Amino acid sequence: MRYAMAVDTKKCVGCSDCVVACQTENDVPIGYCRDWIVEVTDGTYPQLELEHRSERCNHCENSPCVRCCPTGASHYSDGGIVMVTKNKCIGCGACIASCPYDARYTHPKGYVDKCTFCIHRVQKGQQPACVAVCPTKCMYFGDLDDPNSDVSKVIKKRKYKTLIPEAGTKPQLYFLI
Amino acid sequence: MGNSRRDFIKISTLGTAGTIVGSKYLLAQGQQSILENPKGPWMMPKDLERTPTYCEVCFWKCAGWTYKNANGQIQKIIGNDDDPNSNGRFCPRGTGGVGMYFDEDRLKHPLIRIKNADGTQSFKKASWDEAFDYIQLKLEKVIEEHGPECIALFTHGSGGTYFGNLLKALGSQNITAPSYAQCRGPREVGFIATFGDGLSSPEPTDIRDTKCMVLIGSHIGENMHNGHVQEMSDAIDKGATIITVDPRFSTAAGKSKYWLPIKPSTDLALLMAWIHVLIYEERYDKKYVEQYTFGFEQLKAHVKHMTPEWAYGITTIKPQVIRETAREMSYASPATIIHPGRHVTWYGDDTQRLRAVAILNALLGSWGRRGGFYIPDKAKVPGVPHPPYPKPARTWRDAMGGKYELADLALANGVCDATVPSATTDCGIKAWIVNGTNLIETLPNRPNTLEAINALDLMVVVDTMPMEITGYADVILPECTYLERYDSLRVTQHREPTISLRMPAMTPKYDSKPAWWMAKNLADRLGKGDYFPFDSIEEELDYQLKKVGSSLEEMQRIGVKKMDRPYDDLYYKDGEEIEFNTNTGKIELYSTSLEEYGFDPMPKYTAHPEPPAGYYRLIYGRAPMHTFSRTANNPNLTDLMDENTVWVNPKVAKEWDLKNGQEVYLQNQDNVVSTFPIKVRVTERIRWDSVYMVHGFGHSKKQLTRAYGRGASDTELITNIMMDPIMGGTGMRGNFITFRFNKA
Repeated sequence: MRYAMAVDTKKCVGCSDCVVACQTENDVPIGYCRDWIVEVTDGTYPQLELEHRSERCNHCENSPCVRCCPTGASHYSDGGIVMVTKNKCIGCGACIASCPYDARYTHPKGYVDKCTFCIHRVQKGQQPACVAVCPTKCMYFGDLDDPNSDVSKVIKKRKYKTLIPEAGTKPQLYFLI
Repeated sequence: MGNSRRDFIKISTLGTAGTIVGSKYLLAQGQQSILENPKGPWMMPKDLERTPTYCEVCFWKCAGWTYKNANGQIQKIIGNDDDPNSNGRFCPRGTGGVGMYFDEDRLKHPLIRIKNADGTQSFKKASWDEAFDYIQLKLEKVIEEHGPECIALFTHGSGGTYFGNLLKALGSQNITAPSYAQCRGPREVGFIATFGDGLSSPEPTDIRDTKCMVLIGSHIGENMHNGHVQEMSDAIDKGATIITVDPRFSTAAGKSKYWLPIKPSTDLALLMAWIHVLIYEERYDKKYVEQYTFGFEQLKAHVKHMTPEWAYGITTIKPQVIRETAREMSYASPATIIHPGRHVTWYGDDTQRLRAVAILNALLGSWGRRGGFYIPDKAKVPGVPHPPYPKPARTWRDAMGGKYELADLALANGVCDATVPSATTDCGIKAWIVNGTNLIETLPNRPNTLEAINALDLMVVVDTMPMEITGYADVILPECTYLERYDSLRVTQHREPTISLRMPAMTPKYDSKPAWWMAKNLADRLGKGDYFPFDSIEEELDYQLKKVGSSLEEMQRIGVKKMDRPYDDLYYKDGEEIEFNTNTGKIELYSTSLEEYGFDPMPKYTAHPEPPAGYYRLIYGRAPMHTFSRTANNPNLTDLMDENTVWVNPKVAKEWDLKNGQEVYLQNQDNVVSTFPIKVRVTERIRWDSVYMVHGFGHSKKQLTRAYGRGASDTELITNIMMDPIMGGTGMRGNFITFRFNKA
């Protein structure tokens, strides 16, 4: 099993619904976020291109954050989801420094927090909160090992890119282009 | 009375010491009442893990569920899968609606304006009885001295149903919402003149199945009109062609096959040129036009000279692009939508521009056709029984001197104007009830709004937040948020009719109350109790629901109920006989009703003033995480966006030496300078002759602790109003701004 997510940049409008839905689902304190929106404009008026991306932890297969964690708090869970065990985390911040995607933050309670792909929902057969709420239905989540999952199907059909592939982390967040 | 009101306005702008002290006092009170955790009659049965609601953060009114956590606190709000407006997916504002409940800056107690011994004025905390006593006394005096029709209601929220009932019971029809003449009014009138029917809300655009959609300045995706955003995404998936006309590279433009970066204020010329191409290249739906329309030959003659070459000189859009896009519309027809947009009060000829939009849709045969416009349906829910409403002696219309007779709803600016005493006005409105609309940020031409307020004997403001308008009130009534109250059933049009219920998830915080309860209490006191025949809103809702085969109990469980659609068809059948609700019974390409009232029967392009040297046209719009000015203090939504910026093209930035993030003041053509500075966003996404800002920021009320002084207000810079002579809409895009590096 290999959980992954694809985000369709042709449909995302950058509304931030994924951000606020994650915050209310996961009790992320106001002022912090586990996912965020990136807007990129290219060109000169009126020859322009615009891309919106909903970004989060890439749940890398080769995660520097897991490798560098001195306590084992950062670890791989079901389907390769990268998780942090709160009470093992000493808040040293090594993982934050090692992440090429800046996907982690220190929770005001002292531990490091990040996207979990809403594993608590996934285990109940639900979609992650961001995927379930998105008004443009631009996000696809599922098991890459299952050829019939939403994410497998869309990745097979569409062109995609990953972010900072040169970091060699094998990210599992795919952006449809 | 006039004197004291003028005093107050001076006070409220120069010094707010009294109110600040009041606010600290109230905060302490509020915290105390949280600790007390009062239990009341609104507590929910324990076995309900989730309670149904429909959203109050915007007018789309998506239906969903409020979930609570193990501590009994609101955790999240999630869409209801059976709701056609949201399809189970709330937008960021709806998801962040929890912030309305938790916002610690909320209004907490009734407040009454008092005069202090030293001549200053401040707000005094009052009990509900004291507040009602005060209002009763003043209203009775207005009724006795001027008549009940001298009371007006401004509303943009669910409470409007109940305060509206109160006003009609008293004998006033001066009930208005700024969503008409400041927003969608010209569109309704333009479509009624053409098809005999307006669009209402949600607009029955069949985006789901469209093959080509044209957006004229409409920024779907930045306006989070939920269902339309969802369906546009579906249409993109299915490969629909999107054509966006906008001087700004909007989010929708970024998703479009064609983006036409039009010179602002020239849209009507482009629309007429498209009509020209469709007719002279014979690309219109001939059968549809022949069977259903009136005035084709006149239209053909009228647009003869309106060629793409003619439009090029006006719009800066190349003739070849105009032809190519017109052909795209034609290839996809009738599954083509020339989207009517929503906020269309731009240049004063808006009804005529929307007429051109309607005519294009008619030529493409998209009205009543799959992928164009579907035929919506709405459930019939009986109202509450009451005695007949008295007929008012006069209304705001009597103050208009026969103008704007084609307006099908009341004009908020009309009621405002009818309040300002003048030699020609005998309407003499003396009391306003303002519910859920921040008129200071909503109505353009703020000096006029303040003059009207100045002339009042009484202003009651009902709101959840200390918006700017509350600073001018005599009495402030704190409404509980939509998560703490029942409201009238949501009965909106869609492909299939539904009804939905809003019920409280929590007891009202502080000393806030629902609008139903306030209106009923006031009605009882003013001898109009017969118009509120039920003892509780639960009984009233149950009565209505049982009439349509449901019950309050059922709706509490399901939230949304799908109703039968008596007419099965979403679209006209091929060749079906149809009688349109116009003078000719046809779709009027040539409008006989406009002609009858002395207006152009077919749209004509007229040039609008352009910015003088060193000035830029002020264009404003929406951000997906905010609704007007009402969400600017919401803790969850300010976390996503806490200020607006002024978008400036890099060429302009170079000329003025502006840097990204630099703060500037904006000054308009009438020398109005923004109260607060705004940060510059240097971006290629805006034309060099315009600037853009998101509406709803730059709040001047200190009690809005997160919103105060964040960004700038576009409304205060909109002082030039281009009135629509047909229906009285307030065109707001004829304002030009320049940059100032300091305020003085």
